[in-house]
Amino acid sequence: MIWNETVECMDREQLREIQSRRLVKMAEYVYYNTPFYRKKFQEMGLEPGDIKSIDDIVKLPFTNKLDLRDNYPFGLAAVPMSQIVRIHASSGTTGKPVVVLYTRKDLATWSEAISRAFTAYGAGKEDIFQVAYGYGLFTGGLGAHDGATNIGASVIPISSGNTQKQITLMHDFGTTILCCTPSYAMFLGEALGECEWPREEFKLKVGVFGAEPWTEKMRVKLEASLGIKAYDIYGLSEIAGPGVGYECECQHGTHLNEDYYYPEILDPNTGEPLPEGSFGELTFTHLTKEGMPLLRYRTHDLTALHYEKCACGRTLVRMDRILGRCDDMLIIRGVNVFPSQIEDVILKQKEFEPHFLLIVDRVNNTDTSELKVEVKEDYFTDDMSTMVGLQKKLEAELRSVIGLGFKVRLVEPKGIERSEGKAKRVIDKRQL
Amino acid sequence: MKAKQLSIFLENKSGRLTEVTDVLGEAGVNLSAMSIADNSDFGILRCIVSDPEKAYQVLKEAHFAVKITDVIGFVCPNTSGSLAVVLRYLSQKGIFIEYMYSFANGDVAHVVIRPTDLDACERVLEEKKVELMAANDLYQL
Repeated sequence: MIWNETVECMDREQLREIQSRRLVKMAEYVYYNTPFYRKKFQEMGLEPGDIKSIDDIVKLPFTNKLDLRDNYPFGLAAVPMSQIVRIHASSGTTGKPVVVLYTRKDLATWSEAISRAFTAYGAGKEDIFQVAYGYGLFTGGLGAHDGATNIGASVIPISSGNTQKQITLMHDFGTTILCCTPSYAMFLGEALGECEWPREEFKLKVGVFGAEPWTEKMRVKLEASLGIKAYDIYGLSEIAGPGVGYECECQHGTHLNEDYYYPEILDPNTGEPLPEGSFGELTFTHLTKEGMPLLRYRTHDLTALHYEKCACGRTLVRMDRILGRCDDMLIIRGVNVFPSQIEDVILKQKEFEPHFLLIVDRVNNTDTSELKVEVKEDYFTDDMSTMVGLQKKLEAELRSVIGLGFKVRLVEPKGIERSEGKAKRVIDKRQL
Repeated sequence: MKAKQLSIFLENKSGRLTEVTDVLGEAGVNLSAMSIADNSDFGILRCIVSDPEKAYQVLKEAHFAVKITDVIGFVCPNTSGSLAVVLRYLSQKGIFIEYMYSFANGDVAHVVIRPTDLDACERVLEEKKVELMAANDLYQL
Protein backbone atom coordinates (compact mmCIF):
# COMPACT_ATOMS: atom_id res chain seq x y z
CA MET A 1 0.00 0.00 0.00
CA ILE A 2 1.12 3.54 -0.66
CA TRP A 3 0.22 6.44 1.64
CA ASN A 4 0.95 9.33 -0.70
CA GLU A 5 1.13 8.03 -4.24
CA THR A 6 1.43 11.52 -5.69
CA VAL A 7 4.75 12.09 -3.99
CA GLU A 8 6.07 8.60 -3.49
CA CYS A 9 5.59 7.64 -7.14
CA MET A 10 6.17 11.07 -8.65
CA ASP A 11 8.00 11.44 -11.92
CA ARG A 12 11.60 12.22 -11.00
CA GLU A 13 11.73 15.34 -13.18
CA GLN A 14 8.71 16.73 -11.41
CA LEU A 15 10.16 15.80 -8.02
CA ARG A 16 13.33 17.63 -8.96
CA GLU A 17 11.33 20.75 -9.71
CA ILE A 18 9.69 20.61 -6.30
CA GLN A 19 13.05 20.05 -4.66
CA SER A 20 14.47 23.02 -6.58
CA ARG A 21 11.66 25.33 -5.55
CA ARG A 22 11.94 24.25 -1.93
CA LEU A 23 15.71 24.62 -1.83
CA VAL A 24 15.55 28.13 -3.26
CA LYS A 25 13.07 29.04 -0.56
CA MET A 26 15.07 27.31 2.14
CA ALA A 27 18.29 29.15 1.25
CA GLU A 28 16.46 32.43 1.65
CA TYR A 29 14.71 31.26 4.80
CA VAL A 30 17.86 30.31 6.68
CA TYR A 31 19.67 33.43 5.47
CA TYR A 32 17.08 35.63 7.09
CA ASN A 33 16.19 33.46 10.10
CA THR A 34 19.26 31.51 11.20
CA PRO A 35 22.16 33.81 12.15
CA PHE A 36 24.53 30.84 12.04
CA TYR A 37 23.82 30.29 8.32
CA ARG A 38 23.72 33.99 7.46
CA LYS A 39 27.22 34.29 8.84
CA LYS A 40 28.36 31.26 6.87
CA PHE A 41 26.82 32.60 3.66
CA GLN A 42 28.51 35.94 4.19
CA GLU A 43 31.87 34.33 4.87
CA MET A 44 31.53 32.36 1.64
CA GLY A 45 30.34 35.39 -0.32
CA LEU A 46 27.09 33.60 -1.01
CA GLU A 47 23.70 35.24 -1.34
CA PRO A 48 20.32 33.52 -1.17
CA GLY A 49 19.75 34.56 -4.82
CA ASP A 50 22.73 32.44 -5.90
CA ILE A 51 20.68 29.33 -5.21
CA LYS A 52 18.50 28.94 -8.29
CA SER A 53 17.84 25.20 -8.38
CA ILE A 54 18.62 21.98 -6.59
CA ASP A 55 21.85 21.77 -8.61
CA ASP A 56 23.16 24.75 -6.65
CA ILE A 57 23.03 22.75 -3.42
CA VAL A 58 26.78 22.14 -3.81
CA LYS A 59 27.34 25.85 -3.14
CA LEU A 60 25.76 25.63 0.30
CA PRO A 61 27.82 25.26 3.46
CA PHE A 62 28.05 21.99 5.37
CA THR A 63 26.70 21.44 8.86
CA ASN A 64 28.35 19.11 11.33
CA LYS A 65 27.31 17.63 14.63
CA LEU A 66 29.87 19.95 16.20
CA ASP A 67 27.87 22.95 14.93
CA LEU A 68 24.82 21.62 16.75
CA ARG A 69 26.82 21.22 19.90
CA ASP A 70 28.39 24.67 19.64
CA ASN A 71 24.93 26.17 19.31
CA TYR A 72 23.49 24.25 22.24
CA PRO A 73 20.70 24.46 23.15
CA PHE A 74 18.61 26.69 20.85
CA GLY A 75 21.20 28.57 18.80
CA LEU A 76 20.10 27.08 15.48
CA ALA A 77 16.41 27.88 15.95
CA ALA A 78 14.98 29.71 12.94
CA VAL A 79 11.77 30.72 14.70
CA PRO A 80 11.01 32.26 18.09
CA MET A 81 10.54 29.66 20.84
CA SER A 82 6.86 30.56 20.93
CA GLN A 83 6.51 28.65 17.65
CA ILE A 84 8.41 25.59 18.85
CA VAL A 85 6.10 22.85 20.10
CA ARG A 86 8.51 19.97 20.65
CA ILE A 87 12.10 19.63 21.82
CA HIS A 88 13.93 16.35 21.37
CA ALA A 89 17.52 15.59 22.23
CA SER A 90 19.93 12.80 21.45
CA SER A 91 23.11 11.71 23.11
CA GLY A 92 25.89 14.14 22.21
CA THR A 93 29.62 13.79 22.09
CA THR A 94 30.70 15.38 25.34
CA GLY A 95 27.82 14.98 27.69
CA LYS A 96 25.81 17.79 26.12
CA PRO A 97 22.93 16.40 24.13
CA VAL A 98 22.20 17.42 20.56
CA VAL A 99 18.94 19.33 20.58
CA VAL A 100 16.34 19.38 17.80
CA LEU A 101 13.35 21.70 17.60
CA TYR A 102 10.02 21.20 15.86
CA THR A 103 7.24 23.61 15.00
CA ARG A 104 3.70 22.33 14.68
CA LYS A 105 4.22 22.03 10.93
CA ASP A 106 7.48 20.14 11.41
CA LEU A 107 5.66 17.59 13.54
CA ALA A 108 3.02 17.23 10.83
CA THR A 109 5.72 16.71 8.20
CA TRP A 110 7.38 14.12 10.34
CA SER A 111 4.08 12.30 10.88
CA GLU A 112 3.51 12.33 7.14
CA ALA A 113 6.95 10.82 6.60
CA ILE A 114 6.29 8.05 9.11
CA SER A 115 2.81 7.48 7.70
CA ARG A 116 4.40 6.66 4.36
CA ALA A 117 6.62 4.14 6.13
CA PHE A 118 3.85 2.47 8.11
CA THR A 119 1.61 2.26 5.07
CA ALA A 120 4.42 0.64 3.08
CA TYR A 121 4.58 -2.03 5.80
CA GLY A 122 0.93 -2.76 5.18
CA ALA A 123 -0.43 -0.91 8.23
CA GLY A 124 -3.72 0.97 8.28
CA LYS A 125 -6.42 2.24 10.56
CA GLU A 126 -7.53 -1.27 11.55
CA ASP A 127 -4.13 -1.93 13.07
CA ILE A 128 -3.10 -1.85 16.70
CA PHE A 129 0.40 -0.48 17.20
CA GLN A 130 2.46 -1.39 20.20
CA VAL A 131 5.09 1.33 20.42
CA ALA A 132 7.87 -0.21 22.48
CA TYR A 133 10.46 2.42 21.60
CA GLY A 134 11.41 4.58 24.56
CA TYR A 135 9.12 7.57 24.96
CA GLY A 136 10.99 10.70 25.94
CA LEU A 137 13.84 12.79 24.60
CA PHE A 138 14.58 9.99 22.14
CA THR A 139 12.62 10.55 18.92
CA GLY A 140 11.64 6.88 18.49
CA GLY A 141 8.70 6.66 20.88
CA LEU A 142 6.83 9.86 20.12
CA GLY A 143 7.71 9.72 16.43
CA ALA A 144 6.20 6.28 15.93
CA HIS A 145 3.29 7.30 18.14
CA ASP A 146 2.41 10.35 16.05
CA GLY A 147 2.86 8.48 12.78
CA ALA A 148 0.57 5.64 13.85
CA THR A 149 -2.00 8.14 15.08
CA ASN A 150 -1.81 9.95 11.75
CA ILE A 151 -2.75 6.85 9.77
CA GLY A 152 -5.65 6.31 12.15
CA ALA A 153 -4.32 3.19 13.82
CA SER A 154 -4.81 2.49 17.55
CA VAL A 155 -1.68 3.10 19.57
CA ILE A 156 -0.55 1.34 22.74
CA PRO A 157 2.04 3.78 24.11
CA ILE A 158 3.75 1.21 26.29
CA SER A 159 7.32 2.52 25.79
CA SER A 160 10.28 0.16 26.21
CA GLY A 161 10.93 -2.36 28.96
CA ASN A 162 8.66 -4.44 31.18
CA THR A 163 8.75 -7.43 28.87
CA GLN A 164 6.06 -9.45 30.66
CA LYS A 165 3.59 -6.62 30.35
CA GLN A 166 4.52 -6.19 26.70
CA ILE A 167 3.60 -9.81 26.04
CA THR A 168 0.41 -9.67 28.10
CA LEU A 169 -0.88 -6.56 26.33
CA MET A 170 0.25 -7.85 22.97
CA HIS A 171 -1.92 -10.88 23.65
CA ASP A 172 -4.88 -9.22 25.37
CA PHE A 173 -5.13 -6.16 23.12
CA GLY A 174 -4.41 -8.04 19.92
CA THR A 175 -1.41 -5.99 18.82
CA THR A 176 -0.80 -6.34 15.09
CA ILE A 177 2.26 -4.12 14.69
CA LEU A 178 5.25 -3.90 16.97
CA CYS A 179 7.64 -0.93 16.90
CA CYS A 180 10.93 -1.22 18.80
CA THR A 181 14.68 -1.60 18.43
CA PRO A 182 15.76 -4.86 16.78
CA SER A 183 17.64 -5.91 19.91
CA TYR A 184 14.59 -5.45 22.09
CA ALA A 185 12.57 -7.35 19.51
CA MET A 186 14.89 -10.31 20.02
CA PHE A 187 14.06 -10.29 23.73
CA LEU A 188 10.38 -10.06 22.99
CA GLY A 189 10.69 -12.95 20.55
CA GLU A 190 12.15 -15.14 23.28
CA ALA A 191 9.53 -14.02 25.79
CA LEU A 192 6.82 -14.77 23.27
CA GLY A 193 8.13 -18.30 22.84
CA GLU A 194 8.16 -18.90 26.57
CA CYS A 195 4.84 -17.31 27.47
CA GLU A 196 1.69 -19.13 28.52
CA TRP A 197 -0.19 -18.48 25.28
CA PRO A 198 0.27 -20.27 21.97
CA ARG A 199 1.33 -18.13 19.01
CA GLU A 200 -2.10 -18.52 17.35
CA GLU A 201 -3.63 -16.40 20.09
CA PHE A 202 -1.51 -13.42 19.02
CA LYS A 203 -2.40 -11.23 16.07
CA LEU A 204 1.06 -9.79 15.57
CA LYS A 205 2.00 -9.60 11.89
CA VAL A 206 4.57 -6.86 11.35
CA GLY A 207 7.63 -5.53 13.16
CA VAL A 208 8.98 -2.02 12.59
CA PHE A 209 12.57 -1.98 13.73
CA GLY A 210 15.11 0.82 13.74
CA ALA A 211 17.40 3.14 15.74
CA GLU A 212 20.16 0.53 15.62
CA PRO A 213 22.03 -1.03 12.73
CA TRP A 214 20.81 -4.55 12.04
CA THR A 215 21.38 -7.18 9.42
CA GLU A 216 19.62 -9.53 7.04
CA LYS A 217 20.58 -12.37 9.35
CA MET A 218 18.82 -10.66 12.22
CA ARG A 219 15.80 -10.10 10.02
CA VAL A 220 15.55 -13.84 9.39
CA LYS A 221 15.85 -14.56 13.11
CA LEU A 222 13.33 -11.92 14.13
CA GLU A 223 10.83 -13.01 11.54
CA ALA A 224 11.14 -16.60 12.76
CA SER A 225 11.03 -15.91 16.49
CA LEU A 226 8.17 -13.42 16.35
CA GLY A 227 6.35 -14.99 13.43
CA ILE A 228 6.15 -11.65 11.59
CA LYS A 229 7.42 -9.70 8.62
CA ALA A 230 10.19 -7.35 9.78
CA TYR A 231 10.86 -3.93 8.23
CA ASP A 232 13.62 -1.40 8.70
CA ILE A 233 12.81 2.21 9.49
CA TYR A 234 15.65 4.71 9.11
CA GLY A 235 16.06 8.04 10.80
CA LEU A 236 18.27 10.36 12.77
CA SER A 237 17.00 12.90 15.21
CA GLU A 238 18.93 15.83 13.68
CA ILE A 239 16.88 15.42 10.51
CA ALA A 240 13.55 14.31 12.00
CA GLY A 241 13.72 10.99 13.80
CA PRO A 242 12.42 7.68 12.48
CA GLY A 243 10.79 7.95 9.07
CA VAL A 244 13.53 9.74 7.17
CA GLY A 245 13.58 6.50 5.20
CA TYR A 246 11.68 3.21 5.08
CA GLU A 247 11.61 -0.12 3.31
CA CYS A 248 8.80 -1.05 0.97
CA GLU A 249 7.44 -4.54 0.45
CA CYS A 250 10.25 -5.26 -2.00
CA GLN A 251 12.81 -4.73 0.80
CA HIS A 252 15.22 -3.64 -1.84
CA GLY A 253 16.82 -0.67 -0.13
CA THR A 254 15.41 2.10 2.02
CA HIS A 255 13.30 4.75 0.28
CA LEU A 256 14.17 8.23 1.47
CA ASN A 257 11.56 10.95 1.89
CA GLU A 258 13.57 13.20 -0.37
CA ASP A 259 10.82 15.75 -0.87
CA TYR A 260 11.53 16.80 2.75
CA TYR A 261 15.04 15.58 3.41
CA TYR A 262 17.31 15.95 0.39
CA PRO A 263 20.09 13.35 0.34
CA GLU A 264 23.54 13.63 -1.21
CA ILE A 265 26.44 11.21 -1.27
CA LEU A 266 29.79 12.91 -0.76
CA ASP A 267 33.38 11.91 -0.63
CA PRO A 268 33.89 11.85 3.14
CA ASN A 269 37.38 13.35 2.84
CA THR A 270 36.92 16.10 0.28
CA GLY A 271 33.20 16.81 0.68
CA GLU A 272 32.82 16.64 -3.13
CA PRO A 273 29.63 15.06 -4.49
CA LEU A 274 30.13 11.56 -5.88
CA PRO A 275 28.55 10.14 -9.04
CA GLU A 276 25.22 8.36 -8.76
CA GLY A 277 25.44 4.94 -7.20
CA SER A 278 28.83 5.56 -5.53
CA PHE A 279 29.50 4.68 -1.98
CA GLY A 280 30.14 7.68 0.28
CA GLU A 281 28.96 9.84 3.14
CA LEU A 282 25.25 10.47 3.36
CA THR A 283 24.31 14.14 3.82
CA PHE A 284 20.86 15.65 4.28
CA THR A 285 19.42 19.07 3.62
CA HIS A 286 16.05 20.06 5.04
CA LEU A 287 13.80 21.30 2.28
CA THR A 288 10.79 22.28 4.38
CA LYS A 289 11.77 22.37 8.03
CA GLU A 290 10.83 25.49 9.98
CA GLY A 291 12.03 25.03 13.55
CA MET A 292 15.65 24.16 13.03
CA PRO A 293 16.50 23.61 9.37
CA LEU A 294 19.92 22.21 8.56
CA LEU A 295 21.84 22.49 5.31
CA ARG A 296 23.96 19.60 4.10
CA TYR A 297 24.14 17.89 7.44
CA ARG A 298 26.94 15.33 7.43
CA THR A 299 25.57 12.11 8.92
CA HIS A 300 28.92 10.28 8.78
CA ASP A 301 26.92 7.25 7.67
CA LEU A 302 28.43 5.49 4.65
CA THR A 303 26.07 4.18 1.99
CA ALA A 304 25.05 4.52 -1.67
CA LEU A 305 21.88 5.84 -3.35
CA HIS A 306 20.00 4.32 -6.27
CA TYR A 307 17.59 6.32 -8.41
CA GLU A 308 15.93 3.70 -10.63
CA LYS A 309 12.23 3.20 -10.08
CA CYS A 310 11.48 0.47 -7.54
CA ALA A 311 9.35 -2.58 -8.34
CA CYS A 312 6.86 -1.34 -5.74
CA GLY A 313 6.10 1.64 -7.97
CA ARG A 314 7.84 4.22 -5.83
CA THR A 315 10.28 6.57 -7.48
CA LEU A 316 11.76 7.90 -4.25
CA VAL A 317 15.48 7.22 -4.09
CA ARG A 318 16.64 4.00 -2.44
CA MET A 319 19.49 3.85 0.03
CA ASP A 320 21.65 0.78 0.64
CA ARG A 321 22.07 -0.53 4.14
CA ILE A 322 24.38 1.72 6.15
CA LEU A 323 27.73 0.02 5.77
CA GLY A 324 29.70 1.90 8.36
CA ARG A 325 30.68 5.30 9.55
CA CYS A 326 33.44 7.65 8.51
CA ASP A 327 34.04 8.93 12.04
CA ASP A 328 34.76 6.91 15.12
CA MET A 329 31.24 6.97 16.47
CA LEU A 330 29.82 3.66 17.60
CA ILE A 331 26.18 2.86 18.05
CA ILE A 332 25.83 0.57 21.01
CA ARG A 333 22.35 -0.54 21.99
CA GLY A 334 20.99 2.45 20.09
CA VAL A 335 23.19 4.94 21.95
CA ASN A 336 25.76 7.04 20.09
CA VAL A 337 29.14 6.58 21.69
CA PHE A 338 32.36 8.39 20.82
CA PRO A 339 35.64 7.05 22.15
CA SER A 340 36.51 10.64 23.09
CA GLN A 341 33.62 10.67 25.56
CA ILE A 342 35.03 7.62 27.30
CA GLU A 343 38.44 9.21 27.37
CA ASP A 344 36.97 12.34 28.98
CA VAL A 345 35.34 10.34 31.72
CA ILE A 346 38.48 8.36 32.43
CA LEU A 347 40.68 11.46 32.47
CA LYS A 348 38.49 12.98 35.15
CA GLN A 349 39.14 10.05 37.48
CA LYS A 350 42.49 10.32 39.17
CA GLU A 351 42.80 6.60 39.81
CA PHE A 352 43.11 5.51 36.18
CA GLU A 353 45.71 5.79 33.47
CA PRO A 354 44.47 7.58 30.34
CA HIS A 355 44.57 4.36 28.33
CA PHE A 356 41.63 2.18 27.61
CA LEU A 357 40.36 -0.49 25.29
CA LEU A 358 36.69 -0.78 24.47
CA ILE A 359 35.52 -4.16 23.26
CA VAL A 360 32.08 -4.21 21.68
CA ASP A 361 30.45 -7.48 20.84
CA ARG A 362 27.00 -8.85 20.21
CA VAL A 363 25.89 -11.74 22.40
CA ASN A 364 22.41 -13.20 21.86
CA ASN A 365 21.65 -10.22 19.65
CA THR A 366 22.35 -7.68 22.36
CA ASP A 367 25.37 -5.41 22.26
CA THR A 368 27.87 -5.85 25.02
CA SER A 369 30.49 -3.27 25.87
CA GLU A 370 33.48 -4.04 27.97
CA LEU A 371 35.96 -1.35 28.89
CA LYS A 372 39.47 -2.27 29.96
CA VAL A 373 41.24 0.37 32.03
CA GLU A 374 44.49 0.47 33.92
CA VAL A 375 44.51 1.38 37.57
CA LYS A 376 47.42 3.67 38.42
CA GLU A 377 49.98 1.89 40.54
CA ASP A 378 49.55 4.33 43.40
CA TYR A 379 45.89 3.51 43.64
CA PHE A 380 46.30 -0.22 43.68
CA THR A 381 45.38 -1.51 47.11
CA ASP A 382 45.37 -4.84 48.83
CA ASP A 383 41.72 -4.38 49.70
CA MET A 384 39.33 -6.13 47.32
CA SER A 385 36.34 -3.97 48.22
CA THR A 386 38.24 -0.76 47.44
CA MET A 387 39.29 -2.16 44.09
CA VAL A 388 35.77 -3.27 43.24
CA GLY A 389 34.63 0.18 44.39
CA LEU A 390 36.91 1.82 41.80
CA GLN A 391 35.39 -0.36 39.13
CA LYS A 392 31.81 0.46 40.22
CA LYS A 393 32.54 4.16 40.46
CA LEU A 394 33.80 4.30 36.88
CA GLU A 395 30.82 2.27 35.68
CA ALA A 396 28.43 4.69 37.38
CA GLU A 397 30.20 7.72 35.92
CA LEU A 398 30.12 6.28 32.40
CA ARG A 399 26.47 5.47 32.76
CA SER A 400 25.61 8.97 33.84
CA VAL A 401 27.65 10.76 31.15
CA ILE A 402 27.09 8.46 28.17
CA GLY A 403 23.81 6.89 29.18
CA LEU A 404 24.99 3.36 28.59
CA GLY A 405 26.07 0.57 30.89
CA PHE A 406 29.68 -0.49 30.38
CA LYS A 407 31.32 -3.45 32.01
CA VAL A 408 34.53 -2.02 33.42
CA ARG A 409 37.44 -4.40 33.70
CA LEU A 410 40.50 -3.39 35.64
CA VAL A 411 43.77 -4.44 34.13
CA GLU A 412 47.36 -4.20 35.28
CA PRO A 413 49.42 -1.06 34.72
CA LYS A 414 50.75 -1.30 31.15
CA GLY A 415 48.19 -4.04 30.57
CA ILE A 416 46.86 -2.18 27.54
CA GLU A 417 49.01 -2.22 24.49
CA ARG A 418 50.62 1.14 23.68
CA SER A 419 50.92 2.04 20.07
CA GLU A 420 53.22 4.42 18.30
CA GLY A 421 50.63 6.07 16.12
CA LYS A 422 46.91 6.26 16.55
CA ALA A 423 45.95 4.25 19.56
CA LYS A 424 43.72 1.27 18.99
CA ARG A 425 41.03 2.05 21.47
CA VAL A 426 38.06 0.15 20.12
CA ILE A 427 37.59 -3.42 19.02
CA ASP A 428 34.19 -3.93 17.46
CA LYS A 429 33.56 -7.64 17.13
CA ARG A 430 29.96 -7.28 16.03
CA GLN A 431 29.24 -8.87 12.68
CA LEU A 432 26.98 -6.36 11.00
CA MET B 1 54.76 -9.21 65.46
CA LYS B 2 54.06 -7.63 62.16
CA ALA B 3 55.31 -9.23 59.01
CA LYS B 4 55.39 -7.90 55.47
CA GLN B 5 53.16 -9.43 52.91
CA LEU B 6 53.21 -8.70 49.18
CA SER B 7 49.93 -7.93 47.43
CA ILE B 8 50.04 -8.21 43.67
CA PHE B 9 47.29 -7.19 41.26
CA LEU B 10 46.61 -9.92 38.76
CA GLU B 11 44.52 -9.71 35.66
CA ASN B 12 42.31 -12.70 35.24
CA LYS B 13 44.13 -14.31 32.35
CA SER B 14 46.00 -17.50 31.98
CA GLY B 15 49.72 -17.43 32.61
CA ARG B 16 49.75 -14.37 34.82
CA LEU B 17 50.45 -16.26 38.04
CA THR B 18 53.17 -18.21 36.28
CA GLU B 19 54.85 -14.93 35.37
CA VAL B 20 54.85 -13.80 39.00
CA THR B 21 56.34 -17.04 40.20
CA ASP B 22 58.90 -16.94 37.39
CA VAL B 23 60.03 -13.45 38.37
CA LEU B 24 60.35 -14.46 42.02
CA GLY B 25 62.05 -17.72 41.15
CA GLU B 26 64.66 -16.02 38.99
CA ALA B 27 65.42 -13.60 41.82
CA GLY B 28 65.88 -16.51 44.20
CA VAL B 29 62.93 -15.46 46.34
CA ASN B 30 61.05 -18.30 47.96
CA LEU B 31 57.31 -18.29 48.58
CA SER B 32 56.35 -19.50 52.01
CA ALA B 33 52.62 -18.80 51.95
CA MET B 34 50.11 -17.39 49.52
CA SER B 35 46.47 -16.91 48.80
CA ILE B 36 44.47 -15.37 45.98
CA ALA B 37 41.43 -13.19 46.41
CA ASP B 38 39.48 -12.91 43.25
CA ASN B 39 36.35 -11.72 41.59
CA SER B 40 35.48 -12.66 38.05
CA ASP B 41 37.64 -9.92 36.50
CA PHE B 42 40.82 -9.69 38.50
CA GLY B 43 42.59 -11.14 41.50
CA ILE B 44 44.87 -10.00 44.28
CA LEU B 45 47.69 -12.39 45.04
CA ARG B 46 48.84 -12.14 48.64
CA CYS B 47 52.03 -13.85 49.59
CA ILE B 48 54.67 -14.19 52.24
CA VAL B 49 58.15 -14.53 50.78
CA SER B 50 61.67 -15.12 51.98
CA ASP B 51 62.77 -11.56 51.10
CA PRO B 52 59.87 -9.08 50.80
CA GLU B 53 62.02 -6.06 49.86
CA LYS B 54 63.77 -7.86 47.07
CA ALA B 55 60.55 -9.42 45.82
CA TYR B 56 58.96 -5.98 45.76
CA GLN B 57 61.85 -4.59 43.73
CA VAL B 58 61.90 -7.32 41.11
CA LEU B 59 58.13 -7.32 40.68
CA LYS B 60 58.10 -3.55 40.26
CA GLU B 61 60.78 -3.83 37.63
CA ALA B 62 58.64 -6.40 35.84
CA HIS B 63 55.78 -3.84 35.85
CA PHE B 64 53.50 -5.56 38.31
CA ALA B 65 51.22 -3.48 40.51
CA VAL B 66 52.51 -4.51 43.90
CA LYS B 67 52.06 -3.23 47.44
CA ILE B 68 53.57 -4.23 50.75
CA THR B 69 50.99 -4.80 53.45
CA ASP B 70 51.52 -5.54 57.13
CA VAL B 71 50.04 -8.74 58.47
CA ILE B 72 50.36 -10.78 61.65
CA GLY B 73 51.38 -14.40 61.79
CA PHE B 74 50.54 -16.69 64.69
CA VAL B 75 50.60 -20.33 65.53
CA CYS B 76 47.74 -22.30 67.00
CA PRO B 77 47.38 -25.98 67.86
CA ASN B 78 46.11 -28.16 65.05
CA THR B 79 43.15 -29.39 67.04
CA SER B 80 39.47 -28.81 66.64
CA GLY B 81 38.22 -25.60 68.21
CA SER B 82 41.64 -23.96 68.61
CA LEU B 83 41.14 -21.33 65.94
CA ALA B 84 37.69 -20.52 67.33
CA VAL B 85 39.30 -19.68 70.66
CA VAL B 86 41.72 -17.20 69.06
CA LEU B 87 39.08 -15.64 66.86
CA ARG B 88 36.80 -15.13 69.82
CA TYR B 89 39.54 -13.11 71.57
CA LEU B 90 39.54 -10.79 68.58
CA SER B 91 35.82 -10.52 68.07
CA GLN B 92 35.29 -9.76 71.75
CA LYS B 93 37.57 -6.75 71.33
CA GLY B 94 35.75 -5.66 68.21
CA ILE B 95 38.67 -6.37 65.89
CA PHE B 96 37.58 -7.19 62.37
CA ILE B 97 39.47 -9.46 60.04
CA GLU B 98 39.84 -8.30 56.47
CA TYR B 99 41.23 -11.62 55.36
CA MET B 100 43.30 -14.51 56.55
CA TYR B 101 44.88 -17.65 55.27
CA SER B 102 46.44 -20.57 57.02
CA PHE B 103 47.85 -24.00 56.63
CA ALA B 104 48.17 -26.88 59.05
CA ASN B 105 51.54 -28.52 59.45
CA GLY B 106 51.72 -31.49 61.78
CA ASP B 107 50.71 -30.50 65.31
CA VAL B 108 50.33 -26.83 64.62
CA ALA B 109 48.65 -24.49 62.16
CA HIS B 110 50.29 -21.31 60.89
CA VAL B 111 47.86 -18.47 60.40
CA VAL B 112 48.38 -15.17 58.56
CA ILE B 113 45.84 -12.54 59.46
CA ARG B 114 45.09 -9.03 58.26
CA PRO B 115 43.01 -7.28 60.93
CA THR B 116 41.56 -3.79 60.59
CA ASP B 117 43.62 -2.67 63.57
CA LEU B 118 47.05 -4.29 63.54
CA ASP B 119 48.27 -2.87 66.84
CA ALA B 120 45.16 -3.77 68.77
CA CYS B 121 45.22 -7.26 67.29
CA GLU B 122 48.83 -7.76 68.25
CA ARG B 123 48.12 -6.54 71.77
CA VAL B 124 45.18 -8.86 72.26
CA LEU B 125 47.05 -11.89 70.95
CA GLU B 126 50.01 -11.12 73.21
CA GLU B 127 47.79 -10.70 76.25
CA LYS B 128 46.08 -13.97 75.57
CA LYS B 129 49.42 -15.69 75.13
CA VAL B 130 48.79 -16.71 71.57
CA GLU B 131 52.08 -17.73 69.97
CA LEU B 132 52.99 -14.96 67.54
CA MET B 133 55.42 -15.63 64.76
CA ALA B 134 58.47 -13.46 64.26
CA ALA B 135 58.51 -11.96 60.77
CA ASN B 136 61.69 -13.77 59.84
CA ASP B 137 60.29 -17.10 60.97
CA LEU B 138 57.30 -16.54 58.77
CA TYR B 139 59.53 -15.62 55.79
CA GLN B 140 61.59 -18.74 56.22
CA LEU B 141 58.80 -21.23 56.65
